[in-house]
Amino acid sequence: MAKVYIPLDMAAVAMGADKLAAAVAKEAAARGENIEIVRNGSRGMLWLEPLIEVETPAGRVGYGPAKVKDVASLFDAGFLAGAAHALNIGIVDEHPWMKKQNRVTFVRCGVIDPLSVAEYEAHNGFKGLKRAFEVGPAAVVEEVTKSGLRGRGGAGFPTGIKWKTVADCPPGQKYVVVNADEGDSGTFADRMIMEGDPFSLIEGMLICGYAVGASKGYVYLRSEYPIVAKVFQAAIETAHEAGWLGKDIKGSGFDFDVELRIGAGAYVCGEETSLLESLEGKRGIVRAKPPLPAHVGLFGKPTVINNVLSMATIPMIMEKGAKHYADLGVGRSRGTMPLQIAGNVKYGGLFETDFGIPLGVVVNEIAGGTRSGRPVRAVQVGGPLGAYVPVSLFDLPIDYEAFAAKDSLIGHGGLVVFDDTVDMSWMARFGMEFCAIESCGKCTPCRLGSTRGVETIDKIRDGLNVAANIELLKDLCHTMRFGSLCALGGFAPYPVESALRHFPEDFRKPALEAAE
Amino acid sequence: MAGAAQYSDERAREIIAAHMGLEGPAMPILHAIQKEFGYVPDAAVKQMAEALNISRAEMHGVVTFYHDFHRAPHGRHTLKICRAESCQSMGAERQARAFLDKLKLDWGGTTPDGALTVEPVYCLGLCAHSPSALYDGEPIGCVDSERLDEIAAEARD
Repeated sequence: MAKVYIPLDMAAVAMGADKLAAAVAKEAAARGENIEIVRNGSRGMLWLEPLIEVETPAGRVGYGPAKVKDVASLFDAGFLAGAAHALNIGIVDEHPWMKKQNRVTFVRCGVIDPLSVAEYEAHNGFKGLKRAFEVGPAAVVEEVTKSGLRGRGGAGFPTGIKWKTVADCPPGQKYVVVNADEGDSGTFADRMIMEGDPFSLIEGMLICGYAVGASKGYVYLRSEYPIVAKVFQAAIETAHEAGWLGKDIKGSGFDFDVELRIGAGAYVCGEETSLLESLEGKRGIVRAKPPLPAHVGLFGKPTVINNVLSMATIPMIMEKGAKHYADLGVGRSRGTMPLQIAGNVKYGGLFETDFGIPLGVVVNEIAGGTRSGRPVRAVQVGGPLGAYVPVSLFDLPIDYEAFAAKDSLIGHGGLVVFDDTVDMSWMARFGMEFCAIESCGKCTPCRLGSTRGVETIDKIRDGLNVAANIELLKDLCHTMRFGSLCALGGFAPYPVESALRHFPEDFRKPALEAAE
Repeated sequence: MAGAAQYSDERAREIIAAHMGLEGPAMPILHAIQKEFGYVPDAAVKQMAEALNISRAEMHGVVTFYHDFHRAPHGRHTLKICRAESCQSMGAERQARAFLDKLKLDWGGTTPDGALTVEPVYCLGLCAHSPSALYDGEPIGCVDSERLDEIAAEARD
């Protein structure tokens, strides 16, 4: 029986994967072909979605992007045996895009049936947890610290230190919370891993709970990801049935449960304290720190709160050891970063690589430049709160510190590419507008500053007192950056200031200048 | 939303009761209420405040904080169009503006026949297929103006 893979990934579905899967099943039945269709995660070559893969003795052969209208010709060509066809991309693992990567966090994503515990285990699943049970909680915390893993949500805080703080709190009710409120434009890695390899996140949470002494985990997922919600809820139930969640897990004496909670469209809930408020059923208003969530977190209890990618990387670190992970990367940025290549690009998708790769290589070589065919003008790195990086800085390596030195950030690893038609004063205005829409309203610099920012940029765009208003805008950015309570107001100036710094011509239109 | 039930206090109380065993049940209740009735009626907010032993003002604060919860019924269909940076890099803003102008709507507006509500959304995680949209929960990548027009027509049927 031929095994055919068609992704359930939201991006693949957005390009017609569900209809394609139905058409393939129907065509196979009509032709009397006995096939099994596996709905896998995406391999990350998103420009090829929907990508059909067929298992052959030589490996999995890919066909994409496949449409319903291609189904008959695929069968005619003999795709079930991996035959030639206009959409044939060859052996998927041998594809240059895949070959150039170092898949660590995403090693199973797109490869296995996301909801098969057996396949997860066959691909080294739960080995990390088993080793955790062998070495004991303290050694797990030690191992995670030594790996150098830093929070992949954006802030880059060392994961091990967070865990140690919670582990050192007196025994009692503690929580593990996963931040799956992936709101940054240009990011989709959390979505992909939760759709393509949900057990890796569950295993990471189990290891964390075991290490810090927590018996309950929550995953706070944004409501914009309906397919993740379905897949992950099913994964929780499957893990329960297989004895990987619940009481006395695999005879370890360790109890742990995971519950999925859905957000309601508030970007600020990606901020950890706002997320905790929302989980508690309140408005997602940011809390002042200290106390840290590690001491006083969910319902006032010690809480580890980590991003999806950080948590999903833990099983591999425990399986292979801290050194294996720490040996990858550069400087204080250890391991790999799943980059998300998006916007106006020819080849968009998920590209996991060791830290240190230059930005320009990612944009020009990996992403193949713009989809529009026009020259690249700017890349926004790190979501709506990240800086716009000009082509002149394309030598910058993907590294937390290198980006920080240029007043930029890596954030969650999203890259949004713009061509030369972009109006950077408009993007700066949008940055402020977005902050105004999403501000939780607790602190003044963010709540009022963002609206004043929109107004000031409007004046600049209208050519009113341009020089004076640009100074005012810079001053406002300074106030927001240093006076805001959390990263929303604090980082909203990054896109604005970087647009002003690198693209000043967009704020001083010659025609407007002349009229001044 | 299509197929929403008529509001009743009794049904609201049932929904609330079904979630009271959860830690921090407010958000799951609100989602369940909106799923059932298509919006969050003020009468349900009152029921929730009583059940959760908080003031109606606090409960109102929660409902109105989140973009997803709405206090009045929406159109029969909902189209969410992404306005975030990645989609803007592929011309989403201009395309959405033209679509809204054609329907004589602003963001969040509903067509006069009650068929379609058009809302902004800030990222659907489909950024390699910008511009993107979500129509009644169905994701759409590389959406163009023809597809938007088709959706507007489909919604009317």
